Amino acid sequence: MSARRLRRRFVSGLMTTLVAMLSFVAVLALALILGYLVAKGASSLDWSFFVKNPVPAGQAGGGVANAIVGTVIIVGFAALIGLPIGIGTGLYLAEYGSGRLGWIVRFVADVLNGTPSIVVGIFAWTWLVKPMGHFSALAGSVALAALMVPMIARTTEEMVRLVPHSLREAALALGYPRWRTSLRVVARTALAGILTSCLVGVARIAGETAPLLFTALGNLNFSTSVLQPMQTLSLQVFTYATGPFDEWHRLAWAAALVLMALVLLLSLSARWALRSRHGAAR
Amino acid sequence: MAPPADAQLQLETVRLTALYGRRAVVKDVSILFPAHTVTALIGPSGCGKTTFLRCLNRMHELSEGGWITGRVLLDGEDIYDPAIDAVQLRRRIGMVFQRPTPFPTMSIYDNVAAGLRVNGRRPKAELDAAVESALRRAALWDEVKDRLQRSALALSGGQQQRLCVARALAPEPEVLLLDEPTASLDPAGTQRIEELCHALKTRYTIVIVTHNLQQAARVSDYTAFFYLGDLVELGRTEELFTKPTEERTEAYITGRFG
Repeated sequence: MSARRLRRRFVSGLMTTLVAMLSFVAVLALALILGYLVAKGASSLDWSFFVKNPVPAGQAGGGVANAIVGTVIIVGFAALIGLPIGIGTGLYLAEYGSGRLGWIVRFVADVLNGTPSIVVGIFAWTWLVKPMGHFSALAGSVALAALMVPMIARTTEEMVRLVPHSLREAALALGYPRWRTSLRVVARTALAGILTSCLVGVARIAGETAPLLFTALGNLNFSTSVLQPMQTLSLQVFTYATGPFDEWHRLAWAAALVLMALVLLLSLSARWALRSRHGAAR
Repeated sequence: MAPPADAQLQLETVRLTALYGRRAVVKDVSILFPAHTVTALIGPSGCGKTTFLRCLNRMHELSEGGWITGRVLLDGEDIYDPAIDAVQLRRRIGMVFQRPTPFPTMSIYDNVAAGLRVNGRRPKAELDAAVESALRRAALWDEVKDRLQRSALALSGGQQQRLCVARALAPEPEVLLLDEPTASLDPAGTQRIEELCHALKTRYTIVIVTHNLQQAARVSDYTAFFYLGDLVELGRTEELFTKPTEERTEAYITGRFG
């Protein structure tokens, strides 16, 4: 009896130590990446890095203003296209998606979710870049939106499903039409959750590079025209890091740090939005 | 004994059978709810009393596989007539559920106003008056009048339930359906709701589902005893509780089964 108990305690302790170590490894990866980025990139972060455009290869100085603005524009347009479609689909799946059509939509969304982003890029290239005859920021936004929609749809669905059924019934019993119940009561109750899923979705696509290689292409000059090639931070990192100049490598580290900080900020705001919802629901 | 035939009719079911798919959970029930009375529906869990209640405002058909046969008459009009819009109908029949269901994103004021706003825009003064009146009738006004714009979730469970009563009353329904409204309340909250039943029946016809026999005896004029989907006995409350005509009724109210 007591030997068995001893053995049980031993195994329990061993397992606890093991999972603690594994979680430490997982956290360590993030800490190492962040630490290395800061060590390599922080020294290059100065005012001119944020406000200046790239200078010709081989020269010192210059910044990534074009890439920062480009990231905001491309991701912004992607969100503009992707969020309404994603949220609408998620609402549909949660509220009306119990039938066959819902099953199909859900299945398609799951398959799209697992599609490598480079494949999406190739499709955007085939359908937008080729017919238009040139690379464009808009094609990049469409590719990113396509990546975002299934993700947003599924997370929105999960968030909307968390709203208790009793609330729906209460609204319906008051004489709310079904659509109004979905929008005014259910979606509004799930708003913080939906917002969170949007932020996570945006954060997830902000760092995408592969689909942009075929679409937005990159641009060493400052451009705000969505019909022309445009630079993003991720493309800038790719270009600079694979280039031959030490100056470029230095800037690549700094750009990577900025991108990482951006994504981290989005994730943190997502956390915060979710927290404030739980705060409101006592 | 059946209610007196000369009472003004408000709500009546005629051979109402409620089904889920092919399974009938309420069988061939005919009940007359005279205007301005409280009728309690009692019976053991799963006897169909809640389903029956949900047929009265056409909520049952929203459940998966839910449908009915028979008729439900509100002021002589069949509410299941194809010409009747179920959404419009539910604005004439208020309902309060087992657990308080305030809309979490809305203020106290907006919760009460919700049923009015869904019926079209109206002047703010009119809305203010209707909200105050509904909160007064639900005996909640004095407790919340200084914090109408605060979240409804800040209220206690009992207050939330009275808020739900106010929300149901605001659109001036003719009938009030209460589905075990005190199941999640403490004795004080329960007493408030029961007092409300007495006060409200001067204006509304009330149907209340309850597991609590003392509650049924305290608040209702008529009591209907359901068992396994059948209406076993319907009568004046004091008679049903003192000299039931059916063996099963007596067994249930004396605690021998259920």
